[in-house]
Amino acid sequence: MNTSMTRKQWYLSGFVAFTCLAATAAMAGPIENYSPVTAQRRENPEPANWMLYRRTYDGQGYSPLDQINTSNVKNLTPVWTFATGVVEGHEAPPIINNGVMFVATPMGQVIALNAKTGDEYWRYKRQLPDDLFQLHPTSRGVGLWEDKLYLATTDDHVVALDAKTGKVVWDTKVQDYKKGQYMTLMPLVVDGKVIVGGSGGEFGVRGYVAAFDAKDGKELWRTYTIPGEGEPGHDTWQGDDWKNGGGSAWMTGNYDKDTKTVYWGVGNAAPWPGEMHPGDNLYTSSVLALDPNNGKIKTYHQYHQNDSWDWDEVEAPILIDLQRDGRNIKSLVHPGRDAIFWVLERTPTKINYVAGWPFVSTDVWKGIDAETGKPIVDPAHKPVVGKRVEFCPSLWGGKDWPSAAYSERTKLVYVPANENFCGGFTGEKIPLKPGELWLGTKPEDIGLKAKPGADHFGELQAWDPATGKKVWQHNFPKSQLFGSVTATAGDLVFAGGTNDRNFRAFNAKTGELLWEQKTNSGIMGMPVSYEIDGTQYIAIQSGWGVDAQRIQDALATNNIGIESNVPQGGVIWVFALKK
Amino acid sequence: MEQSRRTLLLGALATTACLGCSTQSRAGEDAPGSDERPQKGDVLVFSEGDQEGKPITVADLPAGGPPVHAWPKDPKTSVVRSGSRLNEILIIRLDPADLDEKTRERAVDGILAYSAICTHAGCPVTAWVKSDVGDKDVFKCMCHNSEYDPRAGAQVVFGPAPRRLAALPLAIADGSLSVAGSFIGKVGGVQPG
Repeated sequence: MNTSMTRKQWYLSGFVAFTCLAATAAMAGPIENYSPVTAQRRENPEPANWMLYRRTYDGQGYSPLDQINTSNVKNLTPVWTFATGVVEGHEAPPIINNGVMFVATPMGQVIALNAKTGDEYWRYKRQLPDDLFQLHPTSRGVGLWEDKLYLATTDDHVVALDAKTGKVVWDTKVQDYKKGQYMTLMPLVVDGKVIVGGSGGEFGVRGYVAAFDAKDGKELWRTYTIPGEGEPGHDTWQGDDWKNGGGSAWMTGNYDKDTKTVYWGVGNAAPWPGEMHPGDNLYTSSVLALDPNNGKIKTYHQYHQNDSWDWDEVEAPILIDLQRDGRNIKSLVHPGRDAIFWVLERTPTKINYVAGWPFVSTDVWKGIDAETGKPIVDPAHKPVVGKRVEFCPSLWGGKDWPSAAYSERTKLVYVPANENFCGGFTGEKIPLKPGELWLGTKPEDIGLKAKPGADHFGELQAWDPATGKKVWQHNFPKSQLFGSVTATAGDLVFAGGTNDRNFRAFNAKTGELLWEQKTNSGIMGMPVSYEIDGTQYIAIQSGWGVDAQRIQDALATNNIGIESNVPQGGVIWVFALKK
Repeated sequence: MEQSRRTLLLGALATTACLGCSTQSRAGEDAPGSDERPQKGDVLVFSEGDQEGKPITVADLPAGGPPVHAWPKDPKTSVVRSGSRLNEILIIRLDPADLDEKTRERAVDGILAYSAICTHAGCPVTAWVKSDVGDKDVFKCMCHNSEYDPRAGAQVVFGPAPRRLAALPLAIADGSLSVAGSFIGKVGGVQPG
């Protein structure tokens, strides 16, 4: 037999060898030497890592890394990029654990990458049902615990993945997506409990926060955000309104590790016009203080009563140790969708109102009762059934879900705010059909109007929560600001959020714009910072969609020179200083 | 207290009505064929409103819109194919003169049927409103603002949807509508979320 290769065989073997080389270069395969994420590491994360939604349990969104700083950020340059392959809103922070990056995207994907090189280890793609439809097609990230990752899905499951391989370890159905139940948040993991909250306020659900055993997915507790019969707070509802009263809980909570208390934000009441659910409607538009062991409500604070504006207050308040009025306050700081900058005091048994002020203009509130902290509503701007009512700000509020940040160096809170928007709708009694939109108005009736003569819309604001003074503000003349903000010890504030596709760095002390980079799409994700082998990196997902795009569509109809043409498609960007 | 004849009658009526509801609902959700796509010969029935479940006739369709929302129904088994939301259909009656050539060829007396499922993220296309980019009324998905023009084969005129709505061939016999063939084009979103 002739052992020499034919010409064809030779070509084929060459092709095989090349393919093998290519595969090696792509580093596909399991992650070696993965660092398990312990309780200790979650409570005191290494400066180099970003393992929680806001890096630390207090929700500050602050990185202690300072290699990139105000003097050298002008030299920030892309190191690698990675296309996610899907469109719509990419809202998740890239999560970093000792050199490994995990990125969640719309369409139920998780991608594991080498955070230094951008090479892929593995990719998980959830097979979502064909008949699932999604008002908010997104994911805000994966939670980490030991050697697993946890993804909350839009078809309403919690899925545990093996961090090293991306293989499914367990998959627990939470509720029924066909009834409008879904999830978009990053699970909060506390002491081996995977805590999630449900979306679906626009479908007339009854919101909840629930915990699952990180090991096997068994449900440990479920606390409804709307109290049932016989429970405290139930008397703030009438008749059966509570059964479909909304109160979704679709953002990750924060955690006070000293008092072992989870602070979880709760969404608006449903349907929108408050007239259709008379009463204060606990615990909608509130923050709940929960015991992570059993889900028991320790205490709460309701930001505003009988919501009628779609003003979710789902972003968990930031835990800040404040020096205010000559005393130390363990505070909860929340720039609300209701346009009020809230400063509260957390104690083991109670949440006290400390101060509140409007951080964007509003015609809805006439003031705040100094005793109770309840805002005083102007009925002329509270939506009702059968009559069109206008109100400012719009239903997207002074600040929607994108997160504010706090720098422990500057002691300032950085708020991605929107000014000069008003909204309105006509309330209408529409029967509830499970799985169908139930807003209490016709979706096509919802409006967003720019105030005549407005010279800007988005505002990046820096507030001193100790004094209530605004220290600086950067205006965006032709764009909303719809992206989370991150602060670093380099005295920088990073933010995307604008329709011109830019990613920006500001001087945290002065607000001066120091650097910007145009990306593939608009950015509505959360910037993070990490370090590998002595190099500091900044990472962000660029991928426009969901409500940033809804506002864009509305602006395009306002005849103010803004078009609805922001390109979509997700890309992960990683930056470092030019060497 | 003795019941009056009227109370008894009303009670009986309520019971009958309730039984009727329950049977229909069971047939709609679990019956064999309820989640199968529309098939040739299916009749079309209202999927919502006061006439829910009743066959749609030409007279039920207002000229120039808005569309009527429909389910296909198997006339042999009486199973309404409401087991999958991907089966919901928009039926609209337009002036044949307003239709483009291809769409006119497919229309029956100006009547057209399309999938009610947006091709972007699979939301229901619920609105019939003036387009953001023109003066005509169009089908609009209120989830992410995609718009479709039924006069031009439901092509996308605004928003993120990547392709037109799937079309459903129709036939008319004795004023009643039926399905003349399976969907033309893919039903549902490219990216379910």
